[in-house]
Amino acid sequence: MVSTEQFGEFETSWCPGCGNFSIVKCLKQALADMDLAPHDILVSSGIGQAAKLPHYMLCNMFNGLHGRSMPVAQGMKMALPDMPVLCVSGDGCSYGEGGNHFLAALRRNMDLTLLVHDNQIYGLTKGQASPTSSRGHVTKAQPEGSRSDGFNPVATAVAMRASFVARAFSGEQDHLVSVIKEAVNHKGFSLVDILQPCVSFNKVNTYAWYKERTYILEDHDPTDWTAAMTLSEEFGERIPLGVIYREDKPVFGHGERLAEHKYDKNDLKAVLQSYT
Amino acid sequence: MSKQSLNIVIGGAAGQGLATIGRLLSKAVVRAGYHLLVTQKYMSRVRGGHNTFAVRLGTEPLLSGTETIDVLAALNEETLDKHSEELAKNALVVAGDDLDTKDRNALRIPFKELAPKPLFYNIVVLGVLAGAIRLDISILEELLTQTFGKKGDEILQGNLDVLRKAYDWVAEQDHEFGFDGTPKAGKGRMMVNGNEAIALGALAAGCNFVSFYPMTPATSVALSLIGKGAPLGLQYEQVEDEIAAVNMALGASYAGAKALVTTSGGGFALMEEGISLAGVSETPLVCVVVQRPGPATGMATRTEQSDLNLVVYAGHGEFPRAVFAPSDPEECFYLTHRAFDLTETYQTPVFVLSDQYLADSYRDEELFDLDGLPEIAAPLLEWKEDEYKRYALTDDGVSPRLIPGYSEALVRADSHEHDESSRITENAENRTVQNSKRLRKETGLFEEVIGPDYYGEEGADVVLMSWGSTLGACLEACERIDSKKTFGVLHFKQVYPLREEQFMDYLESAGKVIAVEGNATAQFAQLVARETGFFAQDRILRFDGRAMTWEYVLKGLTEIL
Repeated sequence: MVSTEQFGEFETSWCPGCGNFSIVKCLKQALADMDLAPHDILVSSGIGQAAKLPHYMLCNMFNGLHGRSMPVAQGMKMALPDMPVLCVSGDGCSYGEGGNHFLAALRRNMDLTLLVHDNQIYGLTKGQASPTSSRGHVTKAQPEGSRSDGFNPVATAVAMRASFVARAFSGEQDHLVSVIKEAVNHKGFSLVDILQPCVSFNKVNTYAWYKERTYILEDHDPTDWTAAMTLSEEFGERIPLGVIYREDKPVFGHGERLAEHKYDKNDLKAVLQSYT
Repeated sequence: MSKQSLNIVIGGAAGQGLATIGRLLSKAVVRAGYHLLVTQKYMSRVRGGHNTFAVRLGTEPLLSGTETIDVLAALNEETLDKHSEELAKNALVVAGDDLDTKDRNALRIPFKELAPKPLFYNIVVLGVLAGAIRLDISILEELLTQTFGKKGDEILQGNLDVLRKAYDWVAEQDHEFGFDGTPKAGKGRMMVNGNEAIALGALAAGCNFVSFYPMTPATSVALSLIGKGAPLGLQYEQVEDEIAAVNMALGASYAGAKALVTTSGGGFALMEEGISLAGVSETPLVCVVVQRPGPATGMATRTEQSDLNLVVYAGHGEFPRAVFAPSDPEECFYLTHRAFDLTETYQTPVFVLSDQYLADSYRDEELFDLDGLPEIAAPLLEWKEDEYKRYALTDDGVSPRLIPGYSEALVRADSHEHDESSRITENAENRTVQNSKRLRKETGLFEEVIGPDYYGEEGADVVLMSWGSTLGACLEACERIDSKKTFGVLHFKQVYPLREEQFMDYLESAGKVIAVEGNATAQFAQLVARETGFFAQDRILRFDGRAMTWEYVLKGLTEIL
């Protein structure tokens, strides 16, 4: 059996009280529960405080560029199709810089899991509005309040009939663990948008703010797209947590492990012959 | 007209099928045992515009395209207007009888008489061209059978009938034309263009992953790879943008794939951050850049050699790299294979820099030698020693590369500065140590540099310095020039890094060095100057979007000398 200790303990560059701490803790718990050891998984991440997560946990990792964790993760999956692939990053990385990759990944539907630490702010660059900041959110860079509507990743993913769409909250740890496990076990692309307070820079979406609003879904049928669409729009006085939408759909085809793939020289000779 | 070589230009609008005629004719020419060199010019549109497909065939190996037309097949009036100046003295014009060929030596084709419907007009032109140059019709019949056989007997027979009718019709015409060159190249040769040869070189190197965003003129590298490789297990994806392409390839490479990305200048500009990532994360990647004129969208379907600086200096920060610039399909094949060898050995990005002219230029080639290729370095799948450190310090800067998923050892790749164990750190001493480790790979790459080829007598009065696809034009210009001076060509197929001792003697002993390049600022001559302090005394530069030809080089030489 895998224990959470196997993933190690590291000093981090996160602020005391940051939601990232409970996310990494829940991720380790979920992996241990699934009996996945550090060498059993591949983790891709981008740039930002959330994207440093694989540095604070033992695992195979490719910590790449801002916004680019999704293409790297998909490349990994194509080369090592039997390995669980996780992609971890923040809202700026996943929905801003990587927005195009996010949309393409939803459509492509490879069997991997995207965990987004969604704190509705750019933390590492010290507090500018992010794609998920609400209209009117005041920061130093947006002194009159954000002039754009907040991006709703859950509604977007449901609208595109993504394979698995869930929302969780870093303050609801048992629930977060169970959602991560469900996401990793799901065959196809899984999005878990994880609400998380930025204690240093987001003075709006605080622990208290989330605690007051979030509730765990109980009687929702995630295969009901219309109900999921309605739920995905619920982000204000009440915010539902749990699996919002789920659909079994064709998964991007995977072949053998590419490190072991070799061509038969006679096949290549036949290819050359086809040019005569 | 030289009877040893013949330049057939097929011109018309996109959508008229001139490329189909050109390709079938080219293949027949190669099967007949002639040497072949194709130059394609096309416009950035699906239908209409003015496009040409130039088939140069010869009894001796052909070096470059030529601007003098021996046979002009005009599929429309515009072709006649645009190319009348380029016609050789006794050139033959082949055109429909509805077009005015003036008093030229012409075969005016009665299309309606020779073909039951316009669908077959391409085959009529093919038959007429084959008849005009006295190509053995059985070769074309076999080719059509292979091409149309799958479409059913009726369609095939229709095509064969039209071909024969058009071919026989030529024999009845009173025209002064014939090509009497005896083919000498031999049978069983390949007809392959630059992009196809790059794809074949990649497959031969074990490339099993390609991610790309379509961009002319690079797209056909990926299409050839997919067409030939997918049935053999190659994984591929057409992605959302070039940024995704390079990052996806890096993810795949990290996880054990032999990965390739392919693009042109504008797409490569988008990939640059990923190239830098390959450098710091020490992830193998071959990147094929097929040049076209810029800046920005430039001229999307034309040719240029203006992205040398972009590629040599691509990416922020400092990291080693190698850049190859093939001159013909054969070099496309072998240098792409070598690019994989170097990237796997040194775990740093390696580039193949081609251009539209070479990309679309079909040639006749011997079957590439798969048996003679060296083995390519392979990553490790097992780790039995102590803790695995992805960025372990070594004398040559190359750390053992392990593929994740095969052992309990963790493989951790990072874009940040990191220590040997991939831990993110801003420690000053570590930064210096890791950056130096990466740059130490330059020593190995430097030792493996393929030096330039020198053609001609050492110490010639005039030495042309070329790189990439301009070699043939330089060689042919030197062959044809009428001058008392002696000429040499110093040709670089690896343009970075440069190893002074491999070529300085040629430059210093030359009476005069002239840089010949397909760009406006002599980028390679500047690179040589930066690396060696040697300045070429003169330049012949072409940047009108057209391929370098021997005529263009000759004209430049005449002006300079």
